[in-house]
Amino acid sequence: MIRVLQDFVKSFLLIELLKGMALTGRKMFAPKITLYFPEETAPRSPRFRGLHALRRYANGEERCIACKLCEAVCPALAITIDSEQREDGSRRTTRYDIDLFKCIYCGFCEEACPVDAIVETNILEYHFEQRGEQIMTKGKLLAVGEQHEQQIAANRLLDAPYR
Amino acid sequence: MTEQLVTIEVDGKTLQAPKGAMLIEVLDEKGIYVPRFCYHKKLSIPANCRMCLVEVDRPPKPVPACATPVADGMKVWTRSPKAIEAQKGTMEFLLINHPLDCPICDQGGECELQDMSMGYGSDVSRFCEGKRVVADEDLGPLVATEMTRCIHCTRCVRFGAEIAGMQELGGMYRGEHTRIETYVGKTLESELSGNVIDLCPVGALTAKPSRFRARAWELIARPSIAPHDGFGSNIECHVRNQELIRVIPRENEAVNETWIADRDRFSYLGVYHEDRMLHPAIKTDNQWRETSWDEALEAAVEGLRKIASECGGDQIGILIAPGATLEEMLLARRLAEGLGGASIDHRLRQQDFSQDAWMPRSPGIGETYPDFQHRDYAWIVGADLRRQIPMFAHRVRAAAEAGMRVSALHALDCGWNFELENNWIQANIPNAVAQVASAVRDKTSRKLPSALKKLMPDLITDEARAIAEDLIAASSAGLLLGADVIHHPAFGQIFLLARWISEVCDVKLSLLPEGANGTGAWLAGAVPHREIGGFSSDVSRLDARAMLDSPRAAYILIGIEPDMDCAHEAIGPALKQARHVVTIHSFMNDALREFSHVALPAATFAENEGSYINLAGAWQDFSAVIPPLGEARPCWKILRMLGSMMEFDGFDSVSASQIATALRQKIDKNPESVATGSDGWDMQQSIESWEMPRWLRMGSMPVYRADGMVRRSEPLNRMPQTQRNQRLHMHPADLHELNLATGDHLSVRQGATEAVLEVSADPALARGVIYIAPGFKSSAELGWHYDAIQIIDQPTTT
Repeated sequence: MIRVLQDFVKSFLLIELLKGMALTGRKMFAPKITLYFPEETAPRSPRFRGLHALRRYANGEERCIACKLCEAVCPALAITIDSEQREDGSRRTTRYDIDLFKCIYCGFCEEACPVDAIVETNILEYHFEQRGEQIMTKGKLLAVGEQHEQQIAANRLLDAPYR
Repeated sequence: MTEQLVTIEVDGKTLQAPKGAMLIEVLDEKGIYVPRFCYHKKLSIPANCRMCLVEVDRPPKPVPACATPVADGMKVWTRSPKAIEAQKGTMEFLLINHPLDCPICDQGGECELQDMSMGYGSDVSRFCEGKRVVADEDLGPLVATEMTRCIHCTRCVRFGAEIAGMQELGGMYRGEHTRIETYVGKTLESELSGNVIDLCPVGALTAKPSRFRARAWELIARPSIAPHDGFGSNIECHVRNQELIRVIPRENEAVNETWIADRDRFSYLGVYHEDRMLHPAIKTDNQWRETSWDEALEAAVEGLRKIASECGGDQIGILIAPGATLEEMLLARRLAEGLGGASIDHRLRQQDFSQDAWMPRSPGIGETYPDFQHRDYAWIVGADLRRQIPMFAHRVRAAAEAGMRVSALHALDCGWNFELENNWIQANIPNAVAQVASAVRDKTSRKLPSALKKLMPDLITDEARAIAEDLIAASSAGLLLGADVIHHPAFGQIFLLARWISEVCDVKLSLLPEGANGTGAWLAGAVPHREIGGFSSDVSRLDARAMLDSPRAAYILIGIEPDMDCAHEAIGPALKQARHVVTIHSFMNDALREFSHVALPAATFAENEGSYINLAGAWQDFSAVIPPLGEARPCWKILRMLGSMMEFDGFDSVSASQIATALRQKIDKNPESVATGSDGWDMQQSIESWEMPRWLRMGSMPVYRADGMVRRSEPLNRMPQTQRNQRLHMHPADLHELNLATGDHLSVRQGATEAVLEVSADPALARGVIYIAPGFKSSAELGWHYDAIQIIDQPTTT
């Protein structure tokens, strides 16, 4: 009985409405958390696992030695590698494909790599317009690596103490 | 005799073991694993890796299981703390100098050291000094080296000394400076050298042709049979993404044990050669045009039908490779019969068919290889076994090491890798065999059949006497006639003499034909004088030589390249005049392009299924390991298609095994022997003895030119012996007589063909013999591989 009376008085005094309006009023003057993507992005951990890249050494030599450990460890079977002996006698890939539709971004490839050749960068903004574009070929992966080497190296350095 | 057993206790379990056996053998047999590197069941025991240390009750120190014989009441602990500590200690020392390059090592994933370091290695090395680095050697086109990885187990060294019979690798220097090297910077030339790749427990010796191509875990192993010689080695084809990556031996104690020849190991590269025929093609107005299967088969059938109706079926000749499967041979034979008396033969290089009726049911040794090895004496005539049947040569060598006495007769020193009783090098082989027969007659005073009387030589050499004595004295001797006497112009008389000797001395006579199915061909009907199943035949058909002596109107060539696989000098003109030539082969070469009218692409052994009968008489079947390249199809399916399009009987089988079963049932009905028995000697006509020409061309087939597939394996053709074989070889004294020196050029004429070849001195040859290897373009047109040859000009010496 008392409860019914209380509700009647509250509805009459519009307390709920005022509470709501107070929140709206507070938020209206608080600093905004909306990011203006793509001009602004949220901070990402150095361990972020985004688009893949193949790295090169400082002298320009590709790091990948075609050991195929990433291919073996990949739980989604997204990596395909063909290898042969390069003219100088070294072991190199002739094909290094990652199917991004299959990839689950687990980062095992990166962990398996003995030479830090395959890495997951913190790039997450990419899209495909044509069927087949989701296959990251060796050329594309190396290009990503070249373009973002500084960032990749900086992230590896940050994470190094924990590895 | 029962083996004496002793009782030992291993890890608390009581076991029975034969007395004197090494501990590791007993443990292996019982499935108790002991780690090891240097021990290999087929090699001697050096006990130098110390990995198999186990704890036993009596000596206070751990002992190597591989070199400790079991004793009654012995107590062994393989996993006790003491044993494990000893094994871990060994492992730590081994890893001191082993590079940590597993990611780029081809052995990675199948490496014994890698496995062992997972089990016994420590995760952190206590060794912080510099590691040892060893320079690599170039061991030739087959074996890649990375000697820094070597752990000095010496398996490869022992393999060379004990199995291959050529010590090509050896340990140099001592202690930390030990290196495994060739003695004088040579390449590996042994025909079994590829086995060191399998033996090497680490990645020091790996296969060069498949270097860096695949990882062990990516490969699917599919069983097959080696298709290059009659030995029938069991192989395992390793396939990745439907591509053949490598071939390794499949263990079969009755056939190839754990080894295979290099030819079987590296021939697979021919599968991907650019000469592969990938689409059916028809030649019109001298222009080849790729076409559909329907059209090509229609063209082939139409041409054959036309010839059969216009000229008669006997105007068609079928030449089939001795490496074809039983199924292909059987269907080809049925095709020949369906066409109305067409002739079929697989003996493409044979000249003398006069004794066909006297031949055994099928060639081959007719007993298992281990049984053969238990014979006490063997006389090998005209067989360069190491080149022709390398794995059989290994068996003979192993038997010789175990006490079999072996004599050989050939026109060259075959480089036997064991001590021979009598290595008789004689250009005139028929005469030499006749000398032995004569010596046998003198010793046994048995009557010589009148047919052989004229063959008896005036002079008997000491060698002949010694061989005759051995043959008579031996209790279970074997007389083997190799491919080089089968191809001899006087094969008939050699065979008759050998047959008489074998009858008188109670010696088993065997023929060692070339090709993977030289034995099966006789049973499947790929010979003109036998019916399917090996029954003797009264119908007269033409043999391979007669088919070309009197040219046919149409030919079907199955699995052969006329310029390389045949020897008849008239093969070119005969094929050229033929109105219709159908080629069924995996490869296309210039001669086939010139002579054939319809080309049907066949699968290679890797894409084919079927069965072979090996020299020991064992049926071995195999299936395809990869899908056929392009539009190529298994040859038996092509033949089945041809037969059913012409509506012949017997072409409705749906699988190769169905055809083989039908053949087998037929053969089983056949009594063992079709030979006429000793009284048949009266039926023989007297034979004139063969006259040795002034210069005899000898063309023993080089090991790496034996068939289309091997000829197209690039690494095998880069082997130094293949390079050497392209030259003309003569005895140095003959060269001197002609005022020639190695490197000069010499013009020779054989029949109507001339050739100019670079000469090379070869003291292994008999005097009067000119060795010109077949299987090369330069010698392809010379004709018969054993024939008189003339030297037509004295070249200017440079």
